[in-house]
Order: sequence, then structure tokens, then C-alpha cells
Amino acid sequence: MTALAVPAGRRGGFLHDLMTVARRSLRGILREPASVIPALIIPVFFYVVFVGSLTTVAEAAGGFDYEAFQLPVAIIFAVTGVSRANALVADIASGYFERLLLSPISRAALLLGLMVADFALVVALCIPVLILGAVIGVGFETGPAGIVAFVLLAAVWGVAFTGFPYAIALRTGNPAAVAASFILFFPFAFLTTALVPAEALTGWLATVADFNPVTYVLAALRSLVMTGWDAEALAQGIGAICLVGATSLGLAVLALRRRVRVP
Amino acid sequence: MISGPIIEARGLVRRYDDVEAVAGVDLAVNAGEIYGFLGPNGAGKTTLVRMLCTLLRPTSGTAVVAGHDVVREPTEVRLRIGVALQDAALDPGQTGRELLELQARLFALPRPLAARRVAEMADLTNLGDALDRRVETYSGGMRRRLDLAMALVHEPRVLFLDEPTTGLDPLSRRQIWAEVRRLNREMGVTTFLTTQYLEEADELADRVGIISEGRIVIEGPPEDLKRGVGRDVVVVRIEGDPELAQRVLAALPDVEHVERTGHELTISVSDGPAAVPTTAAALATVAGVTVREMSLRRPTLDDVFLTVTGLRIGGPEVVANGSDETPDAEVAA
Repeated sequence: MTALAVPAGRRGGFLHDLMTVARRSLRGILREPASVIPALIIPVFFYVVFVGSLTTVAEAAGGFDYEAFQLPVAIIFAVTGVSRANALVADIASGYFERLLLSPISRAALLLGLMVADFALVVALCIPVLILGAVIGVGFETGPAGIVAFVLLAAVWGVAFTGFPYAIALRTGNPAAVAASFILFFPFAFLTTALVPAEALTGWLATVADFNPVTYVLAALRSLVMTGWDAEALAQGIGAICLVGATSLGLAVLALRRRVRVP
Repeated sequence: MISGPIIEARGLVRRYDDVEAVAGVDLAVNAGEIYGFLGPNGAGKTTLVRMLCTLLRPTSGTAVVAGHDVVREPTEVRLRIGVALQDAALDPGQTGRELLELQARLFALPRPLAARRVAEMADLTNLGDALDRRVETYSGGMRRRLDLAMALVHEPRVLFLDEPTTGLDPLSRRQIWAEVRRLNREMGVTTFLTTQYLEEADELADRVGIISEGRIVIEGPPEDLKRGVGRDVVVVRIEGDPELAQRVLAALPDVEHVERTGHELTISVSDGPAAVPTTAAALATVAGVTVREMSLRRPTLDDVFLTVTGLRIGGPEVVANGSDETPDAEVAA
């Protein structure tokens, strides 16, 4: 029976599929460097504005190094909300995603491969922030190993957050909805200790900040810059990242399963 | 030669809410065939093809493609089929070559095979230097050719084409036809194509199934279908004695009857192409008349469709693409 002849193609295995998707995504990023420019400028811009306008007030009141205090905020701004969700939704709209489904590729790799590319991208986005810190003269209490931990923590946070835009992209298939997912960034980034330390927050904002995972990620990052290796701060930061990652990835996987199910 | 159906569907039904888009289709396509699935917009062509290529689940019925059940073993089916759906689905930001290479990776072709197939398919697209330009710069015809090549990178046994030339200019359409025919002849790729163009089905398909309201209403080789609905007609205009000519022609073995209007004779025959030389010879040698004009008119698939469904096949889209009934009134407004 010819029908049973061995096909030329086969399943490539999860890792092969993961890297296939990631490579294509990275090429897409390199093709459109313009799409990355806001993520490069925004953190530097806010850093300059915050440090320029608040250093005198903050240091007079708190007696600490505000430039070092703000560096983790810059890195959070650099990596939060960066994702390939726009590209994913474009694939869905063009029908190319369906073509991927017509191949034997692992369905999970279609999502996780994008996240591999995101990880590489957010690590790259950390570099200008580190240069900025070096130029201004922010020193790391934890030394070079601390800088690596700083970037890793920020990058993992950035990837943990991508589940939200991916979930929206997969669920809606709508570019406008994905673009609107950008507003998620604001409560996470500002209803926290972005501007002043936790002790200085008042009333409702103090309460909200207590529940905002970014508060703990910032505390962990700041400990690396300002106080040295602080196991408790790092554990809380990693815990917050895991919580957000589990939630966002859970939503994204649900949306993926719905999207790839044969209707 | 290969025998037995490579696509086999039994009682295939797909219901959307209350509408049966496909209402019970039985189908058997043999290995090596080009099967043309012909019907107007909304007849259920796309729904059927999506079920056969694992993108849509049948409400009931079964389909086996390349030896595997489309519902139970979708991955096995996907490894053996190539699919080019309506509106070439491509990533505009990458080059044609990159998309071919990605396709080879998606099917995890071993490296030497991948290199060979990408090179072969690059040739097949006939895109030349454009292959290394981004797809966003391509014309519609170039996109379709790339789309077709991408569907073939992993050497599928069966090729599904959903309206492969809709929206293309006549030249691009001819190029796609030539390619499909060549793939079929030289590589034995079984091809299932849907179309709303009579000409396309007629030109390409070994067998045609006509679908209307979710059902196959008639099926067979285009020639048989056309013969089934009407006779071939040879029309001649002569100089000489028309009554004598009519008598001579009516006595020929394959001629069914002859009508005469002035010097014009309308001859109904069972096999038009065979009748042309014999009638011409009989007119010249037996009746001694001179033939001024001679034409052969054969039934078209449109006649078949009209006969079996009572409908003409298309709306304005079909008309604009080769039918003779141009809706002038719409243009005039």
C-alpha cells in the first residue's frame, strides 16, 4: 500500500520545534528594530526624569542613594510588556498560524518558542540600562555576580509577564486587543514602590503596593544594588515572579489549547 | 501502478449551528488523480477540504487520507499532505527562501534532504532573485507560486488546493495550472483541488465532482459529464446544394440528425472531434459542396451544472472570469 509509504517529514522533537519557532521570532525582531526602540528609550527617559526631579527631595527625606534606588525601576520598565504577541496575532490574522498547525510541530513550542525569543530580547534590553547605571556611577553591592543575578531576575520577570499579551493574542486573534494590553503595564509599574520606598507610601497606595508583585521584584533588585545578598528579599522577589508567571502562563496555555483545538 | 483510493470519505457531514455546510459526502480519490471539486461560493467546498486536511472536525462520517484517519491520527495525515489554502498564508516579513527553509524545519527534514528540497522548490517557484526579497514585495501570482512550493517541501503524497487561482490574472492562472499538471505527471502527486471556475476543473481534473448545497450531485471525468448532458454539435455553412448536403450527412453512421437553415447545417453527433473530418470529407467528396465555415460546439461543465442543479454556477465573480455572460447592467450604473 502506497498510502503507508514512509513520509519524508517527521516530528522534530520538542527542542527542535522550540528553537525553530525561537529562531524565526528572533529574525523577525532583527528585521524590525524599530519595534524595539520604545523599549530602549522609555526606561532611560523615566530614569532621567525621576532622578532629575526627585533626587534632592528623596535623599533629603530618606538619606539614601536615589540613583541606585531608581536603577531597578528602569530595568523593570525596559522588560515589562515586551513580547512577540503582535507578531503572533499577525500570524493568526494572515492564516500563517494555520499553516504552522498543518505541520507536525509541537503545539506548546508555538507559544514557548516565542518566549525563548523574548528572553533573549529582554536580556538585550537590559544592556542600555546597565550602561546608564555605569555612566552615572551606580555601584552594585553584590559585585559582578550581582549584576548577572540582576539581569536574570529582570529577564525572567519580563518573560513571566508576556503570558498576558500572549493569552490575549491567542484568545482574541485581534491586533487591537493586543495593542491595548499595553495598559496592563501601568498599574503594575506605578502602583508600587517605583517612586519612593514602601515606608513612604501612604493610605490606599501602600495597601495596593503590598499586593503588587512588582513591589517584591523591585525590592529584590534593589537589594542586589544597594544592600548586598539578601536571601529573604531575593526569595520574595522570585516568589512574586513565579506567581505572576504561573498565572499568565496558565492563561496563555488555556488560550493556546483553545486556539489549536480542531474546531 | 498504484491502486485503491488515497482519499476516502464516507458520509461526511459538517454542521454549523443549524446549517449543514457539508451534508453527507462520499468520496474516493485514487492515487495519482487530479480531482476537481467544483461548485459555487458557499456550496461547502472549503468546509470539505478543511475536514480532509485536519483543520476541521467532521460532525459525523469518516475520512481517511493517505492511509490515516483525519480525526484519530491528524499528525500522520499532516506528514503526508501538502496544503495551500485560499489567500496564500505567508509571513510578509520574511523572504521566500526563508519561508521554504522554515517549512523544511517544521517537518524536521534531515539536513541534506532539506537542502535539496529547498533548492528544488526554489526552482519551482520560478521567482529568481525575488526569492531573496521579502514576501511583502511579491505580486499575487508570486505569492501563490511560493505558497504552492511551500506546500510541497516535505514531499507530500497528496496535495490539497483550495481555490488555487481565485483572484489571479489569466497569465498567473495558466502558470499555476501548468505547475499542478507537471507535479501530477512527473511526481505523481495526487491533487484535490476546489474551484469555482469551470475552465479550471475542465483543464486540470481527471475527475470532477460537482457540489451543490453540501452534496455531490454528479461526479465523473469532465468529458463523460459533458457527454451526459448533451450532444456535440457541428455547424457548417456551405456553398452548393443544402438539401443534398443534409441527406448525405444524415446518412453518416455517427450523425444523429441534421437541421438546415438556408445554407447553414446543424449536425448533432455523439463525438464532435471525430465527426469534424468525416463530415468535411463527406461534404466535399459525396455531396460536392464547398465548406465556407465549420465550427464545433461541445457541452460545457456549466451545461452539466445547469442540468443537475437547475442553477448557473456563478455570481458575478465567475462571470468576470471567463463566462460569456457579462453583467453589463452593473457596469453601466
